[in-house]
Amino acid sequence: MYAMLSVLIRKKLLPLRTFSETETWGSENHIHDRLVSLSLLQKDFVPFLLNFLREQTSQILTNGPPTPAKTPNSKAHGGQRTGPERRTGHATSSRVQLFSQRTPVTAGTTDTSFSPATASGGSSSFSGSSLGSWSGGRRKRSEVPLVPASSPPSQLNLNNLEEFPPMGAASGWTNKPSRRINPTPVSAERPLSKPKTCFTSTPVSQSPAARWAAGSSLEAFTAVQEGNLSSVISNSLQEEREMLKKERYSLRISFDPGTPTKPSYTRSASLPPESHLVTCASPAKVSCKKQLECLAQLYSSCIAENLVPNIFLELFFILQLLTSKGTSTAEDGDSDPEISERIVSGRQHFESVHNCVYFAVRVLDYQYEIISHLEKGMLKLLAENERIASFSPTLHKRLRQAYENSTAKVSLLLPCSVQSVSFQPETDNRSNFPSDRAFHIFKKQRDIFYELLREWEDNHEKTGWDFDRVLGNKIRAMMAHLSATCNHSHFARLFQKQLIQMCKGPVGGGANWGDTPDQDVLNMLGSDNLSRLKRLQERFVVPQSIRGPCPPPSFPGCQQFFRDFILSAGSYQFNQHLMDSLCLKILELNGLTLVEHEHSDGEADMEEQDEKKRFTVALLSLRLLAKFLGFVVFLPYRTAEQPTRDLQDSALALRNQTLPVLDILKLLRQSIRDQRSILTIPWIVEYLSLVDHIAPFLDYYRKVFGLLLLMVLSEDKEMSFLNKLLILAVLGWLFQVPSVPEELFFTTDDRQERFMLDTVTSARALVDDCFCIFSCTGELRKLLASFVAGSGGKNGGFIRKITPTAAESLAPKASVTQRKLQVDLEQAFFHNQPPSLRRTVEFVAERVGSNCVKHIKATLVAELVQQAEAMLQDKVKEEDVNHDKLLEEVCTHLYEEGAQALIKGREFCKKKGPEAVRVLLPEETSAAVLSSAESIAVELATERACGWLSANIAALIKREVKATFNRMLKVPGFPLPGEDALELRRDCPPGCQHCAPFPSQIINEIKDVLCVAVGPREEGEVVDFVWLECLLGRLSQTLRCRKFMCPTSEQQLAKCTVELASLLVSDRVPLSLGIKSPEKSHERLRVKNNPTCGLLKLLFSIWKEDFGTCVPVQLILSKKNMGYLAEAKQREWDLFLFLLRGLIEHELMRTSEIQSCLHSLAELPWPSDFVKDLKRLSRVFVSEHQIEEPRINSCELTRQSLATVTTQS
Amino acid sequence: IFSQEYQKQIKRTHAKHHTAEAIETYYQRYLNGVMKNAAAPVLLDLANEVDFAPSLMARIVLERFLQEKEQAIPSKTLINSMLRDPSQIPDGVLANQVYQCTVNDCCYGPLVDCIKHAIGHEHEVLLREMLLEKNLSFIAEDQLRAKGYDKTPDFILEVPVAVEGHIIHWIESKASFGDESSHQAYLQDQFWSYWNRFGPGLVIYWYGFIEELDCHRERGILLKDCFPTDIVTLRHSMAQR
Repeated sequence: MYAMLSVLIRKKLLPLRTFSETETWGSENHIHDRLVSLSLLQKDFVPFLLNFLREQTSQILTNGPPTPAKTPNSKAHGGQRTGPERRTGHATSSRVQLFSQRTPVTAGTTDTSFSPATASGGSSSFSGSSLGSWSGGRRKRSEVPLVPASSPPSQLNLNNLEEFPPMGAASGWTNKPSRRINPTPVSAERPLSKPKTCFTSTPVSQSPAARWAAGSSLEAFTAVQEGNLSSVISNSLQEEREMLKKERYSLRISFDPGTPTKPSYTRSASLPPESHLVTCASPAKVSCKKQLECLAQLYSSCIAENLVPNIFLELFFILQLLTSKGTSTAEDGDSDPEISERIVSGRQHFESVHNCVYFAVRVLDYQYEIISHLEKGMLKLLAENERIASFSPTLHKRLRQAYENSTAKVSLLLPCSVQSVSFQPETDNRSNFPSDRAFHIFKKQRDIFYELLREWEDNHEKTGWDFDRVLGNKIRAMMAHLSATCNHSHFARLFQKQLIQMCKGPVGGGANWGDTPDQDVLNMLGSDNLSRLKRLQERFVVPQSIRGPCPPPSFPGCQQFFRDFILSAGSYQFNQHLMDSLCLKILELNGLTLVEHEHSDGEADMEEQDEKKRFTVALLSLRLLAKFLGFVVFLPYRTAEQPTRDLQDSALALRNQTLPVLDILKLLRQSIRDQRSILTIPWIVEYLSLVDHIAPFLDYYRKVFGLLLLMVLSEDKEMSFLNKLLILAVLGWLFQVPSVPEELFFTTDDRQERFMLDTVTSARALVDDCFCIFSCTGELRKLLASFVAGSGGKNGGFIRKITPTAAESLAPKASVTQRKLQVDLEQAFFHNQPPSLRRTVEFVAERVGSNCVKHIKATLVAELVQQAEAMLQDKVKEEDVNHDKLLEEVCTHLYEEGAQALIKGREFCKKKGPEAVRVLLPEETSAAVLSSAESIAVELATERACGWLSANIAALIKREVKATFNRMLKVPGFPLPGEDALELRRDCPPGCQHCAPFPSQIINEIKDVLCVAVGPREEGEVVDFVWLECLLGRLSQTLRCRKFMCPTSEQQLAKCTVELASLLVSDRVPLSLGIKSPEKSHERLRVKNNPTCGLLKLLFSIWKEDFGTCVPVQLILSKKNMGYLAEAKQREWDLFLFLLRGLIEHELMRTSEIQSCLHSLAELPWPSDFVKDLKRLSRVFVSEHQIEEPRINSCELTRQSLATVTTQS
Repeated sequence: IFSQEYQKQIKRTHAKHHTAEAIETYYQRYLNGVMKNAAAPVLLDLANEVDFAPSLMARIVLERFLQEKEQAIPSKTLINSMLRDPSQIPDGVLANQVYQCTVNDCCYGPLVDCIKHAIGHEHEVLLREMLLEKNLSFIAEDQLRAKGYDKTPDFILEVPVAVEGHIIHWIESKASFGDESSHQAYLQDQFWSYWNRFGPGLVIYWYGFIEELDCHRERGILLKDCFPTDIVTLRHSMAQR
C-alpha cells in the first residue's frame, strides 16, 4: 500500500474523486455497499495514510533540537525502546494519575492496558492498548501524538489482537511533536499495493471537499482486504523495516538513544533555546508541492469523511506540523541534490520544514470549516500566525475574518463562592431520618466528610501524603456508622452533590488545582519564537484534556478526592447507594428539555444564551456523574491486565447474564430518536471510558459501541456542524481509551458489521434528521470552544441547578375521557406557541403550587397549631393526662379545620398564578393566549398544591402540633411556658430609645452586691445606698426595654433580686447611707429601716411592673433565705412583715400561699426563739389579712406591726 | 481574656480535683470547717486555698453530700438545679455555703453563665440591629431551628453579601475574645459546620481576636472584631442564584 501511495503521488494519479459518486448513489439502497467500502477504507487505507504521514514527518518533528524529540526511531527496533521508556518516566512524574499507586513501568513491557499499574505509567495504558490492538494502521495513528510504539516486526499481523500486543511502556501521549512516529507496521501494507491501478483513472479533484470515488475505492479496497487477509506480509515487510531502520539511524546520528530513564524534558530544557533558531519556513523552498497537495487533499477528505477516529488528533498533528522547527540538517538536506532522489522515492516529502508547513497550511485550508468554529482566542492565534500568512494569504484572510466574526469564547472561570452543599430542610431535617440518632449521626458525618475534604485539600499535594493511610480509617469508620444508622442514602446524596459542586470547575476542581503548566507543552515549545503558538497548541486538545489531545480517562483535581474516597471506603452499601444517586441525577439531567431557537430571531438571544448555559451546565455535570458512575460500576471488574481469551470467554458467559445498572443503550437509542444525542452521547462516552477489559465484549456494550460507531460514520448533512463535531470529538476520544478495544473502530468483525447493518435502517433514518434541533450555528460554540480549549473547558462556573419541571397530575375529578381531551387541548394550545410559554406556565405552576403549600403551612397550619397549643396548655395543666391521647384528641379536632386548606389553597393559586404568568410572559401576548396560559397555570398549580395538601395536611398538622407540644413540655424550669411566652413578647414602651443598660451589666452589678452581702467581705466594705437605689432604677429601665432581654437573663435577674430582698430584710447588706445618714442619726432605727423599705418598695414595683417573667418571690420564704433572717444578729421582723405585706399588696403572692409557707417554715428545726418569733409573726400576718381591713398607709402599718412584733418579742 | 485564661487553668487542674481522694478530702474539710463555724465562708476559702473555682468546688462538695445522703450518685440535672437555686439544697448550711461560692465565683457558676449568656444575647441583638440598619435581610437562629436545620449560626443572610471582597452567607456573633483554643473549638464545633452547610461566613469576635487566627479567609471563614463596614451587596439586576 505504501507503494501504491507513492505511486499515486509520484504519478499524480490521485484517487481523489473519492466519494463524490457515493452521494449520487442514493444512500438508502447502497448502505450496505457503502459501509463495506467505508469499512475497507477505514480498515486499511486510512490507517496507512495516517501512518504514512506520521512517519514522513517524524524526522522533521523529531529532529528539531528544541523539541525534546527523541525517538524518531521508536520503530520496531528492539533497541529503540528507549524512547518510550524515557517518556514513561517522564509521564509518571507529570501526569495526573488515574490510580494512585505508581508502579514503575519499564519500557517494553507489554501491559495491555487499563489497570492501576499501567495507568500509573502515565497514560501509558492508554496508548498501550490503543496501540496494541487491532489494526496496525490504527495503531500507528493512535500513536501519532502519543508515543512511538515499538512493536516487533513479528507482530504485524494486524488483524489479530493477541498477536499484536500493545506496547506497554508507551508513555501516553505527550505533547511533544516528536511523538508522531509510525512504527514499522506501516510497511506491512506495502505488499498489498497491487491494486494501484484502481486509482489511475481518477483525475484529481480540485474541490477541497473532494471525496473518495466510491466506485474505484470500493474495488480497490476489496482487493486490499483480500490481500490483507493473507498472511504473506512478513517478508517484504521485514525488508522494508530494515530499510527504514537504516534511514532513521542515518538521520539521527547525534541523537542519543540511551539513558532510558531520563525524563525527556530535562534534555530539552538543557538546550539553550536561542541556539536553535526556528527555521523560517518559506513557501519558496517547498519541494514537490504537487505531491503534498495530493496528500493534503487525501488527508482532508479522510477527515471530512469521518474516517479518522479522532479529528482533534489530526488537527493537533497538523498544528504540530505547522509549528514544526527544522534543524540545520533538514535545511541542509533541503539543498542537498540527493533529496530530489528521495522525493522521487516517495518517502521524503516531509523532509523540510517548508514542506511540512505547506502541507499543514493546505490541510488547514481544506478544514477551514472546522477551524473557523474554533474558539476566538485560537482563531486569533491562527490568524496571526506568520507561516499561514506567508504560505496562504487567502487562508490568512479568511481566518482573520473568522476571528473578527467569532463570538465563541471560552467561558471565564468563575471561582465559585460556595463549595459546600447547602443544607436543605426539605431533604435534610429531622423528618427525613428514621430516628433522632440517625439524624444526629448524620449531622456529625456531614461535618466529618468536610473535615476529610479539607484535610485532603491541605495536604494531598505534599509529598509522602497517602490518602488511604491518612484518611482511610476515618472513612471506614464513617462507613460503619453510616451502615449502623442506614444513612447511606443521605450520604450518597451529599457525596454526589458535593462532587458536582466541586468538580464543575475547569479541571474538575477549584481554581487552585491543575493550573500548573504542563511541562511537556513547555518543552515542546521551548523557543520564544513560538510561544504564541504554545497557547494554540495547548488549546488544541480534545474534550477533557489538559494534557494532550487524547489523555486516558483520569480524575483530575478534586475528582481525585472523590475517587480515592470511594476506593478507601470500599463499602458495598455506599457504592450501591452512590450508584442509585448518580443514576437518578443522570437521568434527571439527561431529561433536560432542549429547546430549539430560531437563530435569526434577535430577541431569542437571551433565551438562547440561557439555554446554552443550561445545556452546558447539564452536559458538564452529566459527564462528571457518568464518569463516576462508570468508575463505580466497573470497579469490581477492573483488572490489572488484559485477560486471556479463555478468561475473557468465561467472564463474558457470566456477565452477559446481568443487567447493567443504567440502561445506557436504551437511553442512547432514545436520545437518537428524540434528537438529543448531543446531550446523551458525551456522558455515555464518559461512562464507557471507564469500562474494564471485558465489558466492551459483552453483548450489551457491544451494541452500545456499535451504535456509537454508527454515529461517527453516519455523515449526516443535516446535523449541525458543531454538534457533529462535538460528538466526533468525544467519540474519537472514547475510541482511544485503553480499555476500549481497537477493533471497535476499524471493525471488520462480521458480527459487528451485521449488527451495524441491522441498526442502520432503524437508526440511520433517525440519524438523518438528527440534531436539526440544534440548527443554530452558535449553539455549541461555547461548548465546543471550551472543549477545544482544554484548560478552559469543563468549566461551567454556573451554579444553577437544573431541575426539570414536572407537574404531577393528580386525581382527576372529571371523567377519564374528558380529562384526556383537556390534556390534548392543552398540548395543542402549547404546540403553536413559543416554547418559552410552556416553560413559563410549567414553571409558574410549579412555583405557585409549591408556594401555596408553604403559604398554607405558614398561615392556616400555624394558626391551627397555635390553637392546639392553647388547648394543650389548658389540658396539660389540669391533670396528668396521657399525652399521646391528648395530642390525638386535639389533632382530630383540628383536622376538620384543616380541610379549609384546600379552599384556601385554591384561592391562593387563583390569585397568584395569573399574576406570575402576566409578569413573566411578554407584554405583547394576546389576551386570549394570556388568559389560557393563566388558567392552565392556575389549574396545574392548584392540582399540585391541593393534591399535596389533601394527602398530607393531616399528617402535617399532626407533626407540627406534636413538635410544638414537645417543645412545650421541654421548656426548662417553667411549667407554664405559654404565659411566659406571651409575656415575653411584650414590646418596649413606646418611644423607647433602647438605651437602657444591658441586662448582662445589671446582673453583673447585682452579683457584686450579692457578693458583698453573702460575704466574705472585707472590713468596711459597704454598699452605697444611693448607688443601690440607682441600680434598681436602672434595673427597672433595663427590664422595660425588651430589646436586649432574653429569658435566661430575665429569670436570673428575678432570682437575684429576690435574693437581694431576702438579704436586705435580714440586714445582710451593709448599706452605707452616705450623706443622708447624719441628718436623722437621732432616730437610728427608723433611718436604718427606711432606706431598706424604700429599696423593697422599689423592688415590689419592679417585680410587679417591670418583669415579664414571673418572679420566684416564694424563695424568700425558702428555708435557705429564712436562714439569713434566723442568723441575723438583730432580726428585723418589722421589715420582714413589711415585705410580706408588700408581696400581698402587689399581688405577687397570695395570702394563703404565704400562710402555708410560714406554716411549713415553722416546722423546720430553727433556734427556738426564732420559731417563736416566726409563729408570732404568722399570727399577726394572719390576723391582718383575715380581717381584710382597708389598706392603710403601708408605712404606718409597718410601724404599727413593728411595734406589735417587737413588744411581743 | 482573664476569664478565658482562668478557665484554661481550671481545665488543666480539673482532673486533679476530681480524684476520689481529693473529693473526700474536700468534703471532710468542709464538714470540719462547718462544724467549727457554720457562718464562715468555709467552702469559698477552701476553693481559694486549693486554687479552684469556688462554684466547681461547691459542686464537688454538693455532689459528695448528696451521694452520702441519698446513697446514690445524684443526677446532673438535680445538681445543676440545686446550684442554680441553692434553696433546694436540703442542708441549710450547705445551701448558704454553695450560694456564697456561686456568687463569689467570677468565671463559673450559674450566675456567671447567665451573664455570659446575656452578653452574648445582647451582642446578637446589636448585630441584628446593624443588619436591619444595613437593610440586609436575614434569617435568625430560632427561625432556622424551627425549620429543622441541624446546625444554625446566629444569622443567615438571605442574600449573600461580600465583606472585604469575601462572600459571606452567615454571621456568627461571639461576645468573647477569640483566642487560639476557643477559636479552634468553635471552628470544629460551629464554624466549619456552618461552612459545610451554608458556605462561607463571618465571625465577629466583639472583644477582639488573635490576628493570626484569621487564616481561613480564602476558605470562607472571615473574622472581624466589629460589624464590617466594607460590605458589597448584590445589585438587583444580578440578583439571581
